[in-house]
Amino acid sequence: MNKLLQVHDLTKTYGARTGCANVSFDLYPGEVLGIVGESGSGKTTLLRCLSAQLEPSAGTVAYDMRVKGLTDIWSLSEPERRMLTRTDWGIVHQNARDGLRMEVSAGANVGERLMAVGARHYGNIRTEAEDWLTKVEIDTGRIDDLPASFSGGMQQRLQIARNLVTQPRLVFMDEPTSGLDVSVQARLLDLIRTLVSRLGIACVIVTHDLGVVRLLAHRLMVMRRGQVVEQGLTDQVLDDPQHAYTQLLVSSILPV
Amino acid sequence: MSTQLPTQIPTGGYNFAYLDEQTKRMIRRAILKAVAIPGYQVPFGSREMPLPYGWGTGGIQVTAAIIGPEDTLKVIDQGADDTTNAVNIRSFFQKTTGVATTEKTREASLIQTRHRIPETALSEGQIMVYQVPIPEPLRWLEPREGETRKMHGLAEYGVMQVKLYEDIAHYGHISTAYDYPVRVNGRYIMSPSPIPKFDNPKMDNSPALQLFGAGREKRIYAIPPYTSVKSLDFEDHPFEIETWDGACAICGATDSYLDEIVTDDTGGRIFVCSDTDYCGERVEAGHKGADDEEKAA
Repeated sequence: MNKLLQVHDLTKTYGARTGCANVSFDLYPGEVLGIVGESGSGKTTLLRCLSAQLEPSAGTVAYDMRVKGLTDIWSLSEPERRMLTRTDWGIVHQNARDGLRMEVSAGANVGERLMAVGARHYGNIRTEAEDWLTKVEIDTGRIDDLPASFSGGMQQRLQIARNLVTQPRLVFMDEPTSGLDVSVQARLLDLIRTLVSRLGIACVIVTHDLGVVRLLAHRLMVMRRGQVVEQGLTDQVLDDPQHAYTQLLVSSILPV
Repeated sequence: MSTQLPTQIPTGGYNFAYLDEQTKRMIRRAILKAVAIPGYQVPFGSREMPLPYGWGTGGIQVTAAIIGPEDTLKVIDQGADDTTNAVNIRSFFQKTTGVATTEKTREASLIQTRHRIPETALSEGQIMVYQVPIPEPLRWLEPREGETRKMHGLAEYGVMQVKLYEDIAHYGHISTAYDYPVRVNGRYIMSPSPIPKFDNPKMDNSPALQLFGAGREKRIYAIPPYTSVKSLDFEDHPFEIETWDGACAICGATDSYLDEIVTDDTGGRIFVCSDTDYCGERVEAGHKGADDEEKAA
């Protein structure tokens, strides 16, 4: 199988400060990679570098383009890169307000990506939007409501629908469940897991919640102070942590 | 458009057409660039004018930059030649240039307008100057200037369609009635200033040169003669212009843009042409509206 994403020696520095350093990994189609670590460990910096939101200081991020094959995303022209991020990729933000257009209806939010790639038939766009709202368990009767009138969980699900409508092959998620209460979290996780496995989407999920990665991720990377301190299969890392920091992280999960 | 001034023109102590020559040259350069890239918003150093923003400072600066002593100027506001804005801008240019003015669309070489394009078809050699309040059509969904410029540069115009989608979702049809976004020459999306969408088809392939000036926002853009101007729409919700059930009460026209006028406080109302010159010409030619027929009866 071809690699979908190949990251080599990725480093991002903010002046003298290090965001993340020397990160390397490969991601294959349909694979879910979890990145965990405490606040300030460089998880989000890494995700932003991977998802073309932030240019790395050193190293390469190569993506398997549909036509060109494995290509460094920073060697692409800006139009190509922007096109890639809104068709073949999805980015789910921690705060739904960053990923949604709050001033237009739910239907328009889902339809925007379709219109951006040239859909010009209102009826078809609307049908597709309804279809996706159903998939993420939002009542289609709310298609013309503003996202601001949605609950936090619904906003997050709407954001997911908006990203998946162009059938991306790779989705980046930054703390998709934080700020939601546990029951809503459980439902959202269930939904993400179902969609990701059914559509065969590869995923990079950043979170500080080990429960989330236990449920979703096939593989796990543990970060601390910008460095990857341990990586491997999720169960392996969580059940038999090797690095002292991972051991601390695993042992600090509160038992219910 | 010579800048050589006949000495006898009384300009009230100001330079010809109020602006100094350097400023006019700067604006002309912006206009040339705008004509070369149809629909592209060219930044320019907008000057303080002796009237407030929102009253047509952009249009006045464009007119001042291109007007010459041999021009004939027509100024309209909401289609009428005799409203406050039109009267004052016309007298401003009379005082500062001494050019001939007219109310006849056919006789004018330069037409400055707010809100309307004349009903009488424009011809080659005429120049339309539009006063534009908000030149950026993408501003509605994207408040960041850097981002909108990038979107124009890369022709990423999906969000414009989102606006129309919202209209249909909420009202069942595209309810945008003025400042209806257009695509110029198959490339740039442009805001046609607050003209009713009724006037949008008149911009398409027009033999006249059309210049747009936004004073506060400091932008000039243009549609050269014979350039395609397409109004955005959906395949299943095509672009349509407004229609009226009745005809103009004064001249009986059914093909012009009609204004509703309340005539008394018991619900009486009539519809009349918004373009006063067009209406007057038809009356002179012997056309009658329902109002006159009533009086005659």
